[in-house]
Parts: sequence; structure tokens; C-alpha cells
Amino acid sequence: MSAQSADSELDAQSSSANLESWVARLIELTSGAARRVAALPGDVCIECDPSAWLAVATALRDHPALRFEVLIDLAGVDYLQFGESEWKTQRATGSGFSRGRHAQSETVDVAAFGGRPGRFAVTVQLLSITHNRRLTLRSFCADHDEPMLDSLVSVWASANWFEREAFDLFGILFRGHPDLRRLLTDYGFIGHPFRKDFPLIGNVEVRYDPRKQRVVYEPVSIEPRVLVPRVIREDNRYDPALIEQRNG
Amino acid sequence: MAEIQSYTMNFGPQHPAAHGVLRLVLEMEGEVIQKADPHIGLLHRATEKLAESKPFNQSIGYMDRLDYVSMMCNEHAYVLAIEKLLGVTPPRRAQYIRVMFDEITRVLNHLMWLGAHGLDIGAMTVFLLAFKEREDLMDCYEAVSGTRMHATYYRPGGVHRDLPAEMPKYQASRWRSQKDADRLNEARAGGLLDFIEDFTQRFPKAIDEYETLLTDNRIWKQRTVNIGVVSPERAMQLGFSGPMLRGSGIAWDLRKQQPYEVYQEVDFDIPVGVNGDCYDRYLVRIEELRQSNRIVAQCVEWLKKNPGPVMVADAKVRPPRRENMKGDMESLIHHFKLMTEGYCVPEGETYAAVEAPKGEFGIYLVSDGANKPYRLKCRAPGFAHIAALEEMVTGHMLADVVAVIGTQDIVFGEIDR
Repeated sequence: MSAQSADSELDAQSSSANLESWVARLIELTSGAARRVAALPGDVCIECDPSAWLAVATALRDHPALRFEVLIDLAGVDYLQFGESEWKTQRATGSGFSRGRHAQSETVDVAAFGGRPGRFAVTVQLLSITHNRRLTLRSFCADHDEPMLDSLVSVWASANWFEREAFDLFGILFRGHPDLRRLLTDYGFIGHPFRKDFPLIGNVEVRYDPRKQRVVYEPVSIEPRVLVPRVIREDNRYDPALIEQRNG
Repeated sequence: MAEIQSYTMNFGPQHPAAHGVLRLVLEMEGEVIQKADPHIGLLHRATEKLAESKPFNQSIGYMDRLDYVSMMCNEHAYVLAIEKLLGVTPPRRAQYIRVMFDEITRVLNHLMWLGAHGLDIGAMTVFLLAFKEREDLMDCYEAVSGTRMHATYYRPGGVHRDLPAEMPKYQASRWRSQKDADRLNEARAGGLLDFIEDFTQRFPKAIDEYETLLTDNRIWKQRTVNIGVVSPERAMQLGFSGPMLRGSGIAWDLRKQQPYEVYQEVDFDIPVGVNGDCYDRYLVRIEELRQSNRIVAQCVEWLKKNPGPVMVADAKVRPPRRENMKGDMESLIHHFKLMTEGYCVPEGETYAAVEAPKGEFGIYLVSDGANKPYRLKCRAPGFAHIAALEEMVTGHMLADVVAVIGTQDIVFGEIDR
């Protein structure tokens, strides 16, 4: 145990150059199936094609230099409205800004997804206890009508419920999952509530009907309301080109 | 008489030992569990989707309501994720305050767990004793944030305000004599830090008291030893974290291994179990109470010596002071923009995790440059634990299910989100 903790201390103190070489080795060990994507300094994020999903995951878990024993988290992401602003104010105005907001797109536009290769992505947070490393692994589902990906349950048992959750909330199907049932939503729920085209207020509401003496489902009676529109500001402080210029 | 082979039983969703709204469908053969199918989601509030519809700061309060017995630790992970994307670092004093309140929260959580776990498997007294100390810590929450539980105290860039120099006091009333009030106010003469310091001095005695009731108690051991055993390999496979992982003998604690804030500067130890059963996890958590107490004492010492700002100076993140707004146009504009639209977070994604009392609580945050999160995913430690419930209880008796639910420290606020 003491030798192991000494190792992990070394790993934790690794400089950024050390990290770079580690990432290069990581890509090499996945036999080129994974590619690195931009992430915050200190974070490592790799992406792979859905076809290589299972193979990359197995390599990450089993190779002695990687040893990602723990699947910490698995999250579905819907990129339908990525980068869309509800209230665009690029120019000055003489008459004042409109208070109306642009409704966000609820139809599927294949060209959009904020420049992503697909609408649905699955992001996995991995942890190596042996080497004290974290890694984000991601893949985009090829099809946005029937998003599908291989199940990771055979690699990490903890993927079971996380995948059930992603299926429930996003409708992402996991090939080979032993028990892909809904997890968080109501019995008999229709739709996948965390998709961006699913209304925040939902579609149905429940109440107790004293005449029928049971709980009944009805279409929602409330109106959706946005208090603060979603705004994307062009902020020079976060402009990568300017940051580089500043750092010289 | 016909012999019944196996039957199905519903445990919950309204059962006092289900720790909230767990519905557990058990397939039993006699008294022995063959299969267990937990149905969760009865407390699902779609916190993650709600957060996508609000500016970043307005969701801090939602985080308290996830794991509603370790409130500030949830806020901490959320605030850390935003800070990582914004690229701000809070001042040192704010970091110490956060560490101190994280540890106070850990004590709060473990006391709640200890009381409830004891009550579940037949030890009534410890519940009453644990709640006595809990009350004092709730007062710390109240002194610093105005609420006993859902504090909304952490902010991206620091904490909401500095620690109060005066502790609220009890007053005599029809129900409380002056003598009682004076006794209660004894420790409250000074500021919050004095009150916490006094607490850290008397708390070890209280832990000893809990231990005399349980650690060598024959009944307690019969109910916990060799119940719900998890091997270290399985614990990792099942995504365990926190005391559940350490109980199985893996010395893994984010506060040591991947320190955040000022954990590298405080001195504490990580207790580790041997057998991976309910009893070892109990021992681990009891020792964590002592270690947390140590950390709190060190933080109090540092905070008493080092006054300073508790929030970054960046006017784009921090709301201006009230008095400045009266005369300063720029402050007024900043206030208006921050309180209506909020701040925009640069495009990117990150995962930030803290060692919450129950395990690793993480926030996966995706921003597209807007004033609201694009996607927020809360990684709740209890979610992975309860997913493993079936594996832990299969082959055990029905009464052991209660012990296993207790040892997992289940809270449905974070599991259902």
C-alpha cells in the first residue's frame, strides 16, 4: 500500500509536460482509435468513434499503464441547441431593444449541433486509483433518431444504472445492456425529458380525481415562462486569440 | 398445506427504514433475499434540467437540496466547476472557510447517519445524543448564512460573506428560564469562530460517548459484522467512493489524493477498513468524525490569525457593495447585470469533484458561452451505492436489508436529483 501511495504522489505532482507525454502514450495504447479533444488545462478528454467505444474502454481499464478501474460517471448530452442565443444584441439601437426572445429551435437541424459530429453524446468520467488520474471519454452517437452505443456494463459494473439513466432521460440506447428499463421517471412515462426539445414544464400533469377516486393524468395547464433569456455575450476576456496575445 | 416457494415483497416507498422514498421489490425465499430491485425516482425533480433554465448563480440553492444532509459540499462541487470554467481562484480565507464548512458538513452528515443507522437496527439512544451536537452545528450554518440547512453560502469566487463576529444568543421566554438561557449562551459570548472552537474541544468527548454505546455492543456487532461485505475489487467495479470504498480497504480520499482548496495544508488521516462489512464502515465513519474535528480546529486557528477578503475582486463575478451602488454608476450597472442576466461562462466543459461525506460528489458542466449552463450533470455518490444494493443484500435476511441501506448512507435527494 505504501509503495502505491508513493507512486500516486509522483503522478499527482506531474508537470504539464509530463501530462502531455502521458496523453500521447494513452492515445498510442488505444491503437489510435481515440483522439484528444480540447479541454481545460489539467483536464484530459478523449473522443472515439462509436464502433471503437467498447475496445477503447476495455483498453483503458486493462492496460497496466492506464488502469482506469472506476467508472465515476456517465452522462448523456443533447447538443441540439448548442450555442444558440435567445436574445441577440450585437448592434447598438436607437429605438431600444425588443423584450421578446427568439424561441429556440425544436426541430432537428442536422447541420447544427454547435459544430458537433452528432446530436447525442455520451461522456464518461474515469478514474484510475492506481495512477491517480482522471480522464473524460466521449463518443457521439451516429444516428440522432435512434442514438445507440455499446453498453459498458461488461467493462464497469457501475455503468449499469448510469446507462439506464441516460436511456431514460435522453433516449440513448445501449447495445448489450442487460436490463435497459426506465429508472427515474414515472411508471408509463412517455418521452425523454432531458432532451432539449422536451418542454421544461413537461407534457402532462397529475391530480387526484375525487369522482374516479384515483390519480389522473391531464395535459399541462401552465404556460412556459422564461424569466431570464439565454444570452451569449462576446467576451474579450475569454477570446483564445487575445489570451494568447496577452500571454505573449 | 401447500408450500410456498418464493414470494415478492414490497419494501417502501413509505417505510421508516427506507430513508426516504425507496421502493424495493424483494424476491424472497422464506426470510432470505433472492433478488432485490430498487425502484428509484420518486423524488426526481429534474434539478439538472431546471439548472439549464437559470443563470448560474440561481442554481446554487438547488445544490443544497440534492443531498440535503450535506448541503455545503454539494454547493462546493458546483461552485468549483464554475470557477474552473471561469478561471477564477477564490482568496485564501474563502478557501479556508470552505474547508471548515465542508468538514462541519461532514460531521453534520455523519451524525445524521449515525443516529438514523442506529435507530434502524435497534439503538435508540445514539439518535438523541447525535442530534444534540447536530443542533450546535446547525447554529453555525444559521449564523453564517441565515438558514439552518439550505445555506446557499458558497459563490463562484468565494463565499457570500465573512464569518460573523457575534453569535446569535438565546433569550429567556415563557418556555426557557433565564438560567437555561444563560447556560446555553455560555459558548456564544464571542464570535462564530469562538463558538466553533468551543465545539471542537467538547466534540471528541461526545464521540467517545457514541462509541461506548455501539463499538463493543454485542447487539450492534451481531447486526453489522459480516453484513454486506464488499471486496475491494468489487467496490471499484461498482463505482463506490467515500467511506464505502475506504471501508473495503482502499485508501482513497480526494482530499488527500487530489487536494482542492487548502486540504494539502491541513493535517489529517484517512481511516481505512479491513473487511468491507457494515461494521468496518461504521468504524471508518466514526474515525472520520474525529479527523474532521481536527481539520475544523486547524481552520479555526488559521482563520483567527488571517483576516482578509472572502470574495474575488472581479466585478464581473462579484456583486458590488450596497453602499457603492448608491453613488457609483458602474456599481449600479454591474449589480443590475449580475442580478438579471448573470455572468457568461466561457465555452467549454469540465468535471469537478469534492469528497462529500457520502463519497465523490461531482459536477459535470458543459457551457456554450451563455449565462446559463448548457448541461449540468450531478454525480451523486449514493447513486452508485444504491445501484449495488442488490449485490450487497442477495443471500442476506430481510432485516439485513435495513442494515445495508443504513450503511450506504442513502439520501434520496441526491440519488433522484
